Amino acid sequence: MAMRVTHELHDRRKGRNVGLALVLVGFIGIIFGLTVVKVRQLGGFEGFDHVVRPQMIEQAGQ
Amino acid sequence: MSSIDAIPNEHEAGFGDFFALLKPRVMSLVVFTAFVGLVVAPAPVHPFLAFVSILFIAVGAGASGALNMWWDADIDAVMRRTRGRPVPVGRVAGDDALALGLVLSGFAVVMLWLATNAVAAGLLAFTIFFYAVIYTMWLKRWTPQNIVIGGAAGAFPPMIGWSVATGGVALESVLMFALIFMWTPPHFWALALFMRSDYDDAGVPMLTVTHGRKATRAHVFAYTVILAPISVALALSSIGGPASLLAAIGLNAVFLWGAWSIWRRSEEMAERDDYRVEKRFFRVSLLYLFLAFGALLIDAALRSLGVI
Repeated sequence: MAMRVTHELHDRRKGRNVGLALVLVGFIGIIFGLTVVKVRQLGGFEGFDHVVRPQMIEQAGQ
Repeated sequence: MSSIDAIPNEHEAGFGDFFALLKPRVMSLVVFTAFVGLVVAPAPVHPFLAFVSILFIAVGAGASGALNMWWDADIDAVMRRTRGRPVPVGRVAGDDALALGLVLSGFAVVMLWLATNAVAAGLLAFTIFFYAVIYTMWLKRWTPQNIVIGGAAGAFPPMIGWSVATGGVALESVLMFALIFMWTPPHFWALALFMRSDYDDAGVPMLTVTHGRKATRAHVFAYTVILAPISVALALSSIGGPASLLAAIGLNAVFLWGAWSIWRRSEEMAERDDYRVEKRFFRVSLLYLFLAFGALLIDAALRSLGVI
């Protein structure tokens, strides 16, 4: 049976849940931002991406 | 009938009650001093890293506040100033405050470590330990010097901010620590003078209770005298400058005069004008800390603009 009457208690619980949701979303944002900043601070780097890279060929030719 | 739904508990906590456990007003002071410590440090910090570092320092400080409220619920319930806190009122269970404090402490320290460095995280961990265990559990109910040594916990944030930027500790960061450390006793004893019976009722061995109000007045003056050279030394250090020197001279003059007046007053005089001088001294003390650290920011700005 659906509850129709909202007790003041339900408002308080809802507030708590929404508050926690916002905190968690904020935390996700912080982790994401930290990751971006930290990776950028590493400077440029190349990974193995299965593509022929001209720099390597030049070096091999020297 | 439909009695399966929860029994309405009038005391069930809202989100704001958990936030109140983190002592937001203390947190604002922590945020400010940690920010200054971070900005005046000679190493640049990425703005986002600076933001999250200060956030985690604030969360760590808040966590220690929650632990304090868990442990001190019995005396908070007696004192007028703290009677309305979530645990003594019954909106948050003591165990919940403990859980929140422990989880947020660990969280803040680990996150600060990951975001910055081990020195900053170690200092934050030590600060939480110092406030929650050394001050709250041990010194507060045991010695009238509780405020003096407990003040160290509040003095760490600018040092943590500094180590976020530099990864270490320096003379300048120790001087910022010393400034808050020496500022805390006059600040709190002035409060204890005009909050009168609060600490007596709670059985907390405040100096006013154990050594009397006359001795407390002398202590306020003595600590204010020691505070003065520290703020001048800070203004003359590498992070100081004309603004801090000006602030140090002006603020110390006002503060020393206020402490002197408190010392010279008798209890009868104070009662006659409802502790006007003590209350004003307390307000000035808040301004003192704010302006002393604000002046360091101004000098840092002047330095980055090449003016000094």
